[in-house]
Amino acid sequence: MFETLTNKFNDVFRKMSGRGRISEDNVRDAMGEVRTALLEADVHFHVVKQFCDDVTQKALGMEVIQSLHPGEVMIKVVQDELTALMGPVDTRIYFVTPPPTIIMMAGLQGSGKTTTCGKLAKYLISKGKKPMMVACDLQRPAAVDQLSILGEQVDTPVFKIEGEKNPVKVARKAVNHAKSTGCDVVIIDTAGRLHIDEDMMKQAEDIASSVNPHQIYLVCDAMTGQDAVNSAKEFNSRLELDGVILTKFDSDARGGAALSVKAVTGKPIKFMGVGEHLDALEEFHPDRMAGRILGMGDIVSLVEKAQETFDEDEQEKLQEKMAKGKFTLTDFMGQMKQMQKMGPLKSIMKMMPGMGANTEALDMLKGNELQGMEAIINSMTLAEREDPSVIEASRRRRIAKGSGKQPQDVSGLVKSFTQAANMMKQMAGMGMGERMKFAKQMASGDMAGGGMMGKVKQRSKRLTKKQRDKKRKGKGRRR
Amino acid sequence: MAIFRSAMKKLAGGLSRTREKFVGGLRSLLSGRAIDAALLEELEAMLIQADLGVKSAAQICEDLQTAHSEKRIEKGEDVIEFLKAELKKYWPESDRTIKFAESGPTVILVAGINGAGKTTSVAKLAYQFHKEGKKVVLAAGDTFRAAAVEQLTIWADRIGCDIVKGSGNDPAAIVFDACDAAVARKADILLVDTAGRLHTQDHLMRELKKIYDVVARKIPNAPHEVLLVLDATTGQNAINQAIVFQEAVKVSGIFLAKLDGTAKGGIVIAIRNEVNLPVKFVGLGESFEDVEHFDPDTFVEALFE
Repeated sequence: MFETLTNKFNDVFRKMSGRGRISEDNVRDAMGEVRTALLEADVHFHVVKQFCDDVTQKALGMEVIQSLHPGEVMIKVVQDELTALMGPVDTRIYFVTPPPTIIMMAGLQGSGKTTTCGKLAKYLISKGKKPMMVACDLQRPAAVDQLSILGEQVDTPVFKIEGEKNPVKVARKAVNHAKSTGCDVVIIDTAGRLHIDEDMMKQAEDIASSVNPHQIYLVCDAMTGQDAVNSAKEFNSRLELDGVILTKFDSDARGGAALSVKAVTGKPIKFMGVGEHLDALEEFHPDRMAGRILGMGDIVSLVEKAQETFDEDEQEKLQEKMAKGKFTLTDFMGQMKQMQKMGPLKSIMKMMPGMGANTEALDMLKGNELQGMEAIINSMTLAEREDPSVIEASRRRRIAKGSGKQPQDVSGLVKSFTQAANMMKQMAGMGMGERMKFAKQMASGDMAGGGMMGKVKQRSKRLTKKQRDKKRKGKGRRR
Repeated sequence: MAIFRSAMKKLAGGLSRTREKFVGGLRSLLSGRAIDAALLEELEAMLIQADLGVKSAAQICEDLQTAHSEKRIEKGEDVIEFLKAELKKYWPESDRTIKFAESGPTVILVAGINGAGKTTSVAKLAYQFHKEGKKVVLAAGDTFRAAAVEQLTIWADRIGCDIVKGSGNDPAAIVFDACDAAVARKADILLVDTAGRLHTQDHLMRELKKIYDVVARKIPNAPHEVLLVLDATTGQNAINQAIVFQEAVKVSGIFLAKLDGTAKGGIVIAIRNEVNLPVKFVGLGESFEDVEHFDPDTFVEALFE
């Protein structure tokens, strides 16, 4: 989308440059593209309109028109304005003395309040606090149990009153309990409620007025569409929010709701939930968010996702193995599995700048090749995985049969793997500079036929019978 | 239209007044107006605000213009009837009803992203079938979220239907047992609840596919229905959700949850244009009684109310 947007901008301006003049109309044309991008990202219609008008005004006053690359200048203006609108960031939680600091969560059903409570507790513990969670969702069946289990997982006490139907009472008693047990932050989980449900909104107000929370956060699903403005506005006017937490950011939603909510409430977005695990709570970055909304990719998130997926210790062990030339097919498969955990290649590619709109190319990236490789490796015995050179024709036929592939696919995989393993061994022994040089050599085709994904059709060289016997000796045949 | 009646009654009770604050009267916008560029522009804005998305909203306006120039519609008031007819063309009656097994249990697999409302929706369906005198068995396939099994158990107790739970955390194994149980207990309906999963998480989508395969292997022609639960407040990302879930487990219809708020759920029209999925049910509240069959007429009325 980013490139598309830039290209479209350039097109708009190029048409005019022949005539040497760029008018207000042309800027407006370009903004039409921005409008579509924002609407497709679920930013609210009126917010988009206001935004586009503002940027048009700003762009006209600037030197966009004289610029050699008006398209790029415009993009920058748009992105800066978006960033400014969603900022400034203030992810601090203000703690009070004497404790406890009371934090109340509110939001629609299914926005992720209870999970976010757990995440917030974990975050606070990492900041040296001693939080307590309070189960005030007495509406949804088993919500109290859910919070209790989360409490165990993050090592945080959970205050609940069995059989109590009135959340106001629970909240009030919880604060006293926190004082007596030395907890310095109280996190109140509340039931999900519709902003138009008068009784339930009144109940939220009652909880707030009885314990006077120092912070009230709205928990909002990042995938919310146009209705985000309605709910956020109402929650804000009834509860006087202090901040917003956006959840489910690990999806591929562009997250325009962030802009809508910020625009109608004026309250800072504090955190975002980025995964199923309880440490997946991040501080909000408006610049990254602006790029994401415009469909410009989010390379920082991609790197973070990779870091999160790949276990560092595990990686170090692997490095060692590679250096010693002991990298086996089992390790190789482990690596592939980790890659798959990052999501389908398609969604990873979408995070790359410039790839967002190129869906045709993305469609070609199906996970089939990886699946085929996995099937082949799964059909090998342990011994074969440890040392694929023992695979001769009969074993190859067996593996091919077991995986539903052709024998040449099996030898292709083994060959690619052997080459890669050798390469890793060589590289592991090198310094950084040498590595780069080596990689360049590789790229220029010194090792033709390499590449893990390549299907190598030619037969692999068979060992002589003598060599094979030697290999087998002492190993025995494990099945 | 008898449909949505209970919801309407409820709305009349108190929600409706607060609701009015949010919903502008598009009906009044349309009445007495000629179909011209200005009206179409306002209409497009309204449709975008109902989450139809830029493409679908523009498409509808184009269709309206064509219909107008061909003299099939004349004035503003005709727009609503025109849209109703279009939607009914989209979703014929046969697409919106549940397909039951010819013999043995009918298996309905329920899937969706986190927080869409799967467990509640399963309870609602269970109640509906139970009320019709069918024997219902629930499979507690959400082994991931804390206390999800407890939540479904409470629903099962309240409704008075059977539930199959497992001790481990392999949902496929639980579903395997549930299929056996459904056959052995001569159940009419087996409702399979699954854990919420983001469509971007490949390993979880494969887990769902495995559940699907287990069901398919245990019971012939099952699952007879695969329902994707969609939160009506969801924006354009729902299209991606539908595409990916469809690819993984051959979704047969949508359960549009949380339509009792101010969100219009217009995204289902965009989804229909992209992946052709009919909406089969709508969820309209937190109690297990708050469910209705989807009705295009009421849906269009609600878009414009």
